[in-house]
Amino acid sequence: MTNPLMTNPLMSSRTHLRALINADLLDPATGRRQRGAVLIRDGLIAEVVRGALPAAPEGAEVVDCQGALVAPGVVDMRAFLGEPGAEYRETLKTASRAAAVGGITTLVSTPETNPPVDNAATVDFIRRRARDNAIVHVAPAAALTRGLEGQELAEYGLLLEAGAVAFTDGARSIANARVMQRAMAYARNFDALVMHHAEDADLTGDGVATPGELASRMGLTAAPREAETIMLERDLRLVRMTGGRYHAAMITHAQSVELIRQAKDEGLPVTCGVSINHLALNEHDISGYRTFFKVKPPLRPEEDRLALLEALEDGVIDVIVSDHNPQDVEAKRLPFGEAAAGAIGLETLLPVALRLANAGSVSLARVLDALTARPAGLLGLACGRLAKDTAADLIVVDTDSAWVYEREAIRSRSKNSPFEGGRMEGQVLRTLVSGVDVHVAG
Amino acid sequence: MSASPILPAFPHRHLLGIEGLTAAELTTLLDMADEAVAVSRQVEKKRATLRGRTQINLFFEPSTRTQSSFEIAGKRLGADVMNMSVASSSVKKGETLIDTAMTLNAMRPDIIIVRHAQAGAVQLLSQKVACSVVNAGDGAHEHPTQALLDALTIRRNKGRIEGLIVAVCGDILHSRVARSNILALQCLGARVRCVAPTTLLPPAIERFGVEVHTDMKSGLKDADIVMMLRLQRERMSGSFIPSSKEYFRYWGLDEEKLACARPDALVMHPGPMNRGVEISSEVADGGQSLIREQVEMGVAVRMAVLEAVAQHLPDY
Repeated sequence: MTNPLMTNPLMSSRTHLRALINADLLDPATGRRQRGAVLIRDGLIAEVVRGALPAAPEGAEVVDCQGALVAPGVVDMRAFLGEPGAEYRETLKTASRAAAVGGITTLVSTPETNPPVDNAATVDFIRRRARDNAIVHVAPAAALTRGLEGQELAEYGLLLEAGAVAFTDGARSIANARVMQRAMAYARNFDALVMHHAEDADLTGDGVATPGELASRMGLTAAPREAETIMLERDLRLVRMTGGRYHAAMITHAQSVELIRQAKDEGLPVTCGVSINHLALNEHDISGYRTFFKVKPPLRPEEDRLALLEALEDGVIDVIVSDHNPQDVEAKRLPFGEAAAGAIGLETLLPVALRLANAGSVSLARVLDALTARPAGLLGLACGRLAKDTAADLIVVDTDSAWVYEREAIRSRSKNSPFEGGRMEGQVLRTLVSGVDVHVAG
Repeated sequence: MSASPILPAFPHRHLLGIEGLTAAELTTLLDMADEAVAVSRQVEKKRATLRGRTQINLFFEPSTRTQSSFEIAGKRLGADVMNMSVASSSVKKGETLIDTAMTLNAMRPDIIIVRHAQAGAVQLLSQKVACSVVNAGDGAHEHPTQALLDALTIRRNKGRIEGLIVAVCGDILHSRVARSNILALQCLGARVRCVAPTTLLPPAIERFGVEVHTDMKSGLKDADIVMMLRLQRERMSGSFIPSSKEYFRYWGLDEEKLACARPDALVMHPGPMNRGVEISSEVADGGQSLIREQVEMGVAVRMAVLEAVAQHLPDY
């Protein structure tokens, strides 16, 4: 099987040595935090030195981090990157630039493109386009079912060989339990990760908000949160039947947390993610019919948000994703019910997560783990850790510096950010992909 | 021309909903509407308040009575009224909304009356234009002039609103009329009940401070006002209720159920009625019905609203 991280041309071409010294090293995989240095050779971490660096190796380019935090780059497991078919919303080039600024070094692209990523040729196309245009690693997720139609299995083996890292139908749920059972059973042949959007589409209907006083006052059609738990319960039973590795792509409800917790206690091969939007925002943000806050699933009440934060800290929630979903202005300048759902998030994923950590909502080590080591481990990528011979995908971060996310500064091709104008705490000073700078704060 | 030295009693440039209005502001509008009733009953009905002003009725949903009511109200105040019905099928709806708003704004109207199938659409449009905007119904959100005309009808017949028991019955889930009425009547001191089958009640409706009933007879007990809502045809057959026959049996207003209300209870309906579905003909045309009077009050209330928002126009 090919290494998906090999797609980037930056990696193979550089042989020079670099040393990040005076670093506040945080390895999320172990939680260890210590002053030290990182030596980089040929795009890989050659050595992690705890304490003072005796002497930089000869010929090494030295970067003095001046005590700033150095951690692995972020691995974002869920981002819509536009190619092929929706280049007006986002391209691999624009997305990767936004990612670099936001400290993301690996993007997992969702397969809901046009055509969808359900065959090896399309995986290959994305990897080649990324090699030529993207400045961060792009690891494609491929479709669970052909055409994302929820009926016939995609070619998991061939897709993996082409470089796919996981299987998902994106924001679509597989309604047919028999199809889902076979998908999970068949994925076991390759130890492939099934990432499912757990939502009963019939129960959701055309709902755009969470049921409750707010939605009723606004006159918005509401979608019960049970649409998520019902599907999740079904899926967990299928995990018991099949033993396949199952990842609930984004949970949003306190009761889903309990279901995942029980499944993990049982020892099932189950993990889950949460979007930064559901961690940082709540349903009241849609007041005034603000369509930039229309996401799928809809934003939830504050109780759910607090439960998600707690579950993140406990490790019941494994990873945080951006759920980056660029939408052009015209798709958002509509009445709430008609506007497209989705928010961009590559530039704000890490800063907003750091803001949560600074506020004490969750620990810094766990936040970084959920953004780096945990997703890399689930996807089987050789990155996300401060460990010898893993990819030198690193970020240098000032965890305290406050700044405002201005619309003019948005690098994404689409500008639909719910955090526009928001105060951030924590800034990415430098992003390295395979040892090479892809972003240096000016 | 100088600005009026007296501050207007209605301090809003737009009327987007009942939410956010005070009891004093609602009462001001009702008082103005009372005067407009008198004007409308004269032979000479024309006023000059809006002379030289342009009013556009922009309806993205078909409507006969609300649109004609606004048209008559505007004409009685001397405005030039233009009706614009936008076929919702031709272009993608939302694009039409913003595009149309910009286009109309360039024609320098003074007041735009808007109806749209989506909640929040009228508020969105109001952010794109320089003139006053009046909501004539947005999705399942609000229909403020309907609530005002209902309040006026009640006040003129009962002499008060405070302390009355008002039962709002039927498809509350999809009803902007219900939402605006709950807000307005509660603000003016009435006790509001919602009576509906469980599938037609909005989530957390009790958080509006209303009493919730699924049984018509208990919901109507001692009610002073029985306000029926229209049930859309597409919701009658299986999706929310099994059939119009079953609906009428349990939630349609007939003489037997009306007998549970106070003997002097009055019956209202925003129209157009589905006779034999939510209301029987006997009740609709009976002595307790205010349904025709509501239509008359509709014109008066809309005159009052147009006058009230017009006070904020330049050079008023």
